[in-house]
Amino acid sequence: MGVESITFYILSSILVGSAVLVVSLRNPVFCALALVLAFFTSAGIWILLEAEFLALTLILVYVGAVMVLFLFVVMMLDINLAVLREGFTRYLPFGLGVAIVLVAQLALIVGGPEQFGLEAMPKPEPHAADYSNTKEIGRVLYTVYLYPFELAAVILVVAIIAAITLTLRRRRKKQVMSVDDQVKVRRNDRVRLVKMASGNKDK
Amino acid sequence: MPDLMPALPEIFLLTMACIILLADLFISDKNRVFTYLLSLATLAVTAALTVTLHTPEPVYTFDGLFVSDSMGDVLKVFVYLVTAVAFIYSRDYLLTRKIFQGEYFVLGLFAVLGMMVLISAHNMLTIYLGLELLSLALYAMVAFQRDSSDATEAAMKYFVLGALASGMLLYGMSLIYGITGTLDISAVHTAVAGLENSKQLVLGLGLVLVIVGMAFKLGAVPFHMWVPDVYHGAPTAVTLFISTAPKLAAFAMVMRLLVEGLGDLHDQWQDILIIMAVLSMAVGNVIAIAQANIKRMLAYSTISHVGFLLLGILAGTQAGYSASMFYAIVYALMGMGGFGMIILLSRAGFEADQLSDFKGLNERSPWFAFIMMILMFSMAGVPPTLGFYAKFSVLQAVVGSGLTWLAVVAVVFSIIGAFYYLRIIKLMYFDKAEDMQPLETTTDMKVVLSANGLGILLLGLAPGGLLALCTAAIG
Repeated sequence: MGVESITFYILSSILVGSAVLVVSLRNPVFCALALVLAFFTSAGIWILLEAEFLALTLILVYVGAVMVLFLFVVMMLDINLAVLREGFTRYLPFGLGVAIVLVAQLALIVGGPEQFGLEAMPKPEPHAADYSNTKEIGRVLYTVYLYPFELAAVILVVAIIAAITLTLRRRRKKQVMSVDDQVKVRRNDRVRLVKMASGNKDK
Repeated sequence: MPDLMPALPEIFLLTMACIILLADLFISDKNRVFTYLLSLATLAVTAALTVTLHTPEPVYTFDGLFVSDSMGDVLKVFVYLVTAVAFIYSRDYLLTRKIFQGEYFVLGLFAVLGMMVLISAHNMLTIYLGLELLSLALYAMVAFQRDSSDATEAAMKYFVLGALASGMLLYGMSLIYGITGTLDISAVHTAVAGLENSKQLVLGLGLVLVIVGMAFKLGAVPFHMWVPDVYHGAPTAVTLFISTAPKLAAFAMVMRLLVEGLGDLHDQWQDILIIMAVLSMAVGNVIAIAQANIKRMLAYSTISHVGFLLLGILAGTQAGYSASMFYAIVYALMGMGGFGMIILLSRAGFEADQLSDFKGLNERSPWFAFIMMILMFSMAGVPPTLGFYAKFSVLQAVVGSGLTWLAVVAVVFSIIGAFYYLRIIKLMYFDKAEDMQPLETTTDMKVVLSANGLGILLLGLAPGGLLALCTAAIG
């Protein structure tokens, strides 16, 4: 077993372990931190796959930005865990049963070396040290994959529009004085002269 | 530089959706109707572009990620038509409920863009992106009436189940990608043809997961649980939209993935589709009888129509595909009219979504009772309406491919289904009206709804043109 295999097994066991922690820990802040660890180790696995640029982007975007934002949200929201866990034990046996059957079926069909083993899918030639996959990604992203790239951007726009539409509450009326109207006001707009007979006429 | 011309309708629609979004900021509530008119004009110009750019031969661009062919162009034009009519029907509904906002139309246009991308997809990547673009806009539209707890619940269910379905679809696609080594639909087709036997099993698993994902989106039994709740909870104007145009896009998705991509596995997917089609027709038609809410009833009726749609596809012949496409278009036109009638009867603070609200409609408005009668006859498949020819051509294709027993089952369930459509006609003509309020609506809605109903009758008298269009589009 070479260094690569050892690194892979270490990283993947940490990844699987932290993924289990994400769903099993009680404190949501710890869950988010476990997710950070899961992202970090999967970035390590990507580096083993020679996808250095994607691995670094994963750390920068997900660990650096998304998860930090997520931690803020988790800390600010007052999440009632009792409500969230309600029914957990009730649904657990059923969910577990479905999961076991699903995993067993997948393992039966996809598992084993004959489908995706080294013979069926030979190891690709490693690239030279000066090979830049950043450049390669850039080259195809804006040429071959221009269309899906733009579509992904459109999906993000729709997500923003949807989020704002569903949450923005416009204030009904602003309580602000209009200086123009105040300056322009005339005596006749505010004061009404009423002709009345004087009260002590008879005296 | 890829050739952008074939995708010009998509590019134009995207640009206009963004312009409308910005322009809407500067339009006051009083003049909001401009956003609405601008959206309708956009759809009209997009339709004109699609028609003028149409070529008889399929055109591929963006390195084969995008295809513009006859099937796609015909479906797109009907998507524009259905969307435009949905916008016209919704205007009054949205106005009286004080949700006449520009975002409704912008989200609608983005949903149309998603449908166009889905219809023109020639790669599993673009299929997925188009589907997500469509779904995301629809989730937001369902939740559009923010103060209604029904709508929020419906949106939540739709979102969670939709995400699950997307996951299934992606899992299936990734397995197919793992086996064939490509995402391109034509390349998948060639790779599947030359695949060794040991890999068939994994491909089969991928196929099953893809079908599960598509069945969720179509609302076929047993993946239909979300349909009645979402159709019931969403504002009627949105139900009208989500139950019609996206079905055309879903039909295109099934065609691209199952027929163009995995057509060689027809023997495998035919059995799965037979089970889903029979279950859909059974569950849809039988449970619809028990519904007191007409939106739920039409939801179950949609499920049974999806069963019929699948019948044509599983026949696996050119005639079957074109019959199925014809059925999808006819269903969209009928569904549009059916939900349009509910909108017509509703008014501020009153949803008219109970069957009893249709009682004695003949006394209140003989003309619209007549239109509703045509729509119900058409949905039930009574000649000479368009719905009859749709069912007839699908059944013909099914018999043509040697599955006569399946055609018999389909006819039996259609007859069961005719009960609840005819019940509405009975309520309209033979029952006393409980509510004698006059129907109040705008003239344009009256005109379009009348045209909608009469169109179904007239096209039913001369269905040759539309049928020939579908046959030419598939062939």
